Amino acid sequence: MSLKQNLHNLKEKYRGTKMEQSFNALHTFLYLPNMTTHGGTHVKDATDLKRVMNTVIMAMVPVLIFGMFNAGYQHFGQINGFDAVEFFTIENLILGLTKILPILIVSYGVGLGIEFIFATVKKHEVEEGYLVTGMLVPLIMPIDLPLWMLAVAVAFGVVIGKELFGGTGMNILNPALTIRAFLFFNWAAWMSGDKVWVHGAVDGVKNTAGTDAISGETILGSLAANKEVGYSTYDMFMGFIPGSIGETSTFLILLGGLFLILTGIGSARIMLSAVIGAAVMGLIFNGLVDSGVILEGSKFYSLMNFPFWQHLIVGGIAFGIVYMATDPVSAAQTNTGKIIYGFLIGFFSIMIRVFNPAYPEGVMMAILLLNVFAPTIDHYVVQANVKRRMKRLKVKTA
Amino acid sequence: MANTNVEKEPLFSKKNLGLVKDPLTDNNPVTVQVLGICSALAITAELKASVIMALSVVFVLGVGNVLVSLLRNAIPSSIRIIVQLVVVAALVIIVDLTLKAYMPDLAKKLSVFIGLIITNCIIMGRFEAFALGNGPWKSFLDGIGNAAGYGLILIIVGFFRELLGSGKLFGFPVFGDPVEKTGLYATGYENNGFMLLAPMALITLGLIIGFQRSRNKNLIETH
Repeated sequence: MSLKQNLHNLKEKYRGTKMEQSFNALHTFLYLPNMTTHGGTHVKDATDLKRVMNTVIMAMVPVLIFGMFNAGYQHFGQINGFDAVEFFTIENLILGLTKILPILIVSYGVGLGIEFIFATVKKHEVEEGYLVTGMLVPLIMPIDLPLWMLAVAVAFGVVIGKELFGGTGMNILNPALTIRAFLFFNWAAWMSGDKVWVHGAVDGVKNTAGTDAISGETILGSLAANKEVGYSTYDMFMGFIPGSIGETSTFLILLGGLFLILTGIGSARIMLSAVIGAAVMGLIFNGLVDSGVILEGSKFYSLMNFPFWQHLIVGGIAFGIVYMATDPVSAAQTNTGKIIYGFLIGFFSIMIRVFNPAYPEGVMMAILLLNVFAPTIDHYVVQANVKRRMKRLKVKTA
Repeated sequence: MANTNVEKEPLFSKKNLGLVKDPLTDNNPVTVQVLGICSALAITAELKASVIMALSVVFVLGVGNVLVSLLRNAIPSSIRIIVQLVVVAALVIIVDLTLKAYMPDLAKKLSVFIGLIITNCIIMGRFEAFALGNGPWKSFLDGIGNAAGYGLILIIVGFFRELLGSGKLFGFPVFGDPVEKTGLYATGYENNGFMLLAPMALITLGLIIGFQRSRNKNLIETH
């Protein structure tokens, strides 16, 4: 008997019991459900929630694999010198796998576990919503994060951030960012600073000279401390820099973004307007420096003097714009609204990044803030449209 | 002579006890009426501060309700809010000075929030809604009950926030020493810094409200 038949039999066996939803979810996750719609209107469309989610996951796989290589590359590079270390080596991949797979497993295990429990208690079908969140979570974590912290944060994010609002499709905040924000405020020492971005920095691995071999400082971290940046533009763009697991490679994120736009799942409006918003804010800051308003002694000097287009390729802003801001549930729904929403995300990301060196990663805050305002933006866009049409109506009748 | 003695209500009749009991549960000023949230978020990071705040409010509301109730027939309705304010202000100053005299450290920690008891919506609410229309004894019971209901929630929130946020209860380390890594900290546990921030107080409060409603279907509004 095939696995499919087995699962189907199990499903039939538990029909009507408490466990029905769980077996149903397992069955439909792996196979097409073997029932057809009866009566009523049919929508013939290959795209359902599951396929949308899988497409997003496919767009993230290259970033994840790159992140595994990069984890090893940063670790060994810091110890042996970057000139002596190749990027695509088995060593790098193995180190990345041993660090990142557990994060991935905890993220999915805890998150899906809670989804299954809620589905059983509330007697609804298990929804696919967590598939993407579970994949996003490892990509935005620092490599050495203790797993129990991740488990607590995932439980918080899924229960408070999503299930309490009604589950998949009802959350006002992006669940993956809720999880990250929770970790950030709860255990800031593990989520920011110069100790967490490269594996081994926390344990203080020593080199032969007896000093700390690994400094996990990110580009934004050095800039906030008014230090020189030791990476070339090529490194920043390709992602050979320390950072959260999946956020470093702007190149692969761009490919993922293109894939999302071509498949019609990610909103090009949000992505483009967010890039424009970030560029505008970056240009304003560059202008302030060029016109002499901000002098070299200022604590914002380095971040403000950082060229606006380089702001776009370091830190998590590219990742946030492509994979987080476009989350169809928490983003604005109207077309005009999406443009405003995206623009403000980019705008605020750079602003928070520059003005609050304690939160070098502004894009998380910016997206969460705009998530909250998305319904308001939509409301005013719709009202403006209503007003415009009312006006037209009056002109005609007059 | 005809006996005109009207049956007097006993001091602790069922109705009077209800005045104390209701605000603790079904008509809790914080979780059901959603009043006094600001101070519940601001000062609950430590259990000790929560308890002192609760006791202060019990004193202010209990005595204040009695005073307003005694004055109720003498206050012209057009200036009643001003008179009520004078009553609360006087009582709050007593509390404030007492704390400053006997617990200066704690008074510093509670800072403006003792003074801000004046603006606690529960107090003006009970003056307006109850003390102006009832006798002193009933007003006293109502004041004690409502303040205790408020204090109860404060203490529950404070318990979780101090325990999870700094691993202590009343300043006593429960989980061990976070710096020396003893006790629970030896296993890698770390304090939840988020619990010490106001947003988590709001979420904790929300969870308490949710828990109470799941237990008591009467509280769920029908739309």
